[in-house]
Amino acid sequence: MTNTSTGPAIAVTGLRRSYGAQVVLDGIDLHVPEGTVFSLLGPNGAGKTTVVQILSTLIRADSGEARVGGHDVLRDPDRVRAAIGVTGQFSAVDDFLTGEENLLLMGDLNHLCRAEGRRRAAVLLERFGLGEAARKAGAVYSGGMRRRLDLAMGLMGDPRVVFLDEPTTGLDPRSRRDMWQIVRDLVADGVTVFLTTQYLEEADQLSDRIALLDRGGIVAEGTPAELKRLVPGGHVELRFADVPALTEAAVLLGVSPDPADESLVLRVPGDGGVRALKALLDRLDAAAIEVDGLAVHTPDLDDVFFAVTAAEEVTSR
Amino acid sequence: MILAVRDSATMLRRQLRHMSRSLSMLLMLLAVPIVFLLLFVFVLGGTLGDGLGGGTGGRAAYVAYVTPGILLITIAGAVQGTAIAVALDMTEGIIARFRTMAIARVSVLTGHVLGSLLHVLASLAVVLGVAVLIGFRPGATAVGWLAAVGLLTATTVALVWLAVGMGLAARTVAGASNLATPLTLLPLFGSGFVPADSMPAGLRWFAEHQPFTPIMEALRGLLLGTPVGTATAVVAVGWCVVIALVGYGWAKWLYNRDRTR
Repeated sequence: MTNTSTGPAIAVTGLRRSYGAQVVLDGIDLHVPEGTVFSLLGPNGAGKTTVVQILSTLIRADSGEARVGGHDVLRDPDRVRAAIGVTGQFSAVDDFLTGEENLLLMGDLNHLCRAEGRRRAAVLLERFGLGEAARKAGAVYSGGMRRRLDLAMGLMGDPRVVFLDEPTTGLDPRSRRDMWQIVRDLVADGVTVFLTTQYLEEADQLSDRIALLDRGGIVAEGTPAELKRLVPGGHVELRFADVPALTEAAVLLGVSPDPADESLVLRVPGDGGVRALKALLDRLDAAAIEVDGLAVHTPDLDDVFFAVTAAEEVTSR
Repeated sequence: MILAVRDSATMLRRQLRHMSRSLSMLLMLLAVPIVFLLLFVFVLGGTLGDGLGGGTGGRAAYVAYVTPGILLITIAGAVQGTAIAVALDMTEGIIARFRTMAIARVSVLTGHVLGSLLHVLASLAVVLGVAVLIGFRPGATAVGWLAAVGLLTATTVALVWLAVGMGLAARTVAGASNLATPLTLLPLFGSGFVPADSMPAGLRWFAEHQPFTPIMEALRGLLLGTPVGTATAVVAVGWCVVIALVGYGWAKWLYNRDRTR
């Protein structure tokens, strides 16, 4: 292949797909530049997996166009397949085979020669911390190990575009961190990563751009910072010992306490960053107001969704 | 084409690994025809053998009569394993992975078919060995042996493709097992264990017209070195071809359809 033009790794226009009468994707446009991480963020049932299935040639769209790695998914599926690696939400590991055998199987199916297959398998086992488990059957792997093996299998063919469908759903925090580091390493190697997730934090940590998918449509798209500006949910909760302290602080900070709330809590808008937090506490300290407790509330997926879908409903009226 | 052969070989290796790790299931599948053989020959064989004609054949005559039917049960039981293995495969994410790779699509299925074929041929050899141990004395010529092996192989290929279709059509592993169960019973409702003309009219009609009967009749003739009618041979081979083509077409259609719809 002599495709040296640095076009987008993924270009999607007007993608639609229904299951019977139920519309799952209702005209999706996506544009993912090469070598970047793109996150599709949305709740269960939003259509994230359907997008991945269409882009990875597993299913067909009803209409619209999708190109991956410069090739049309409908007209040239084998070229697309040769360019991609896919890791699903449910591990695609052969339970009867050992970790090493799973990788060698992928090597054979990618038509690598034996020596090259063994070399890549050894590198990936080492890189993903699976060296010790290499000769154990996939069936006995822990959730995190399976997910890493799954991803390693997708990388045996040295893909230019990697699809990760909810790669950390159901993983413990440590395995999640490991997975994030792996994604960062991939991007450092110039691979394009298309990620779906339900976790805003994950999209925030990893992505260059995020698209919010809700009920089959993209409701917002932008960099993590751009998206967060849409969300008013971030605030610092200050708890006070008595009503005078609460009132004093409310006057000082110019925030009116919620009259319905009798818990002596004041919600101060802000992103909860260390500097902002320190400045806030310094002001209270200088005014000699005693703070009983403090909690930082960062915007989460619920907030983003609430904000964006609420705005949608208003504009569509 | 070369790609298809290479990918099929890869999938066959995968299948052989699977089999080497599920030996207990393979032994279970092998035990059924052997138990049937011992049961019918030693418990029922004396009386049934006498009833085959002449009234004096006894156990020796019956082991000669029943062995082809037992061989068919061996094939039917083993391909039940194929249906289960295919259904199990389809419930795993690995098949979705294969579909996203630039490989010959059909190789997933040909891997199963080739693996099962090797498994069935090995099982047939074991069962035939047991039959010989308990008194089966084949009188086949070299050509007869060759034709018998050819017919067994053709039958196996046909039933394996059918079983692959069953494994794909079933939504669950248990469903696949149930779909394939009638295959193991067909030799009983044919001329496998007693001649069809000893059955009541309706059953007899079924026995004479179902595919296993001409296959077993032809096999019996080839193994014992007795004449095989041309019509029987043609019908036997014809059934194999028809079942193979239908099974292959069905399996391929099921595998290539959009499974998410």
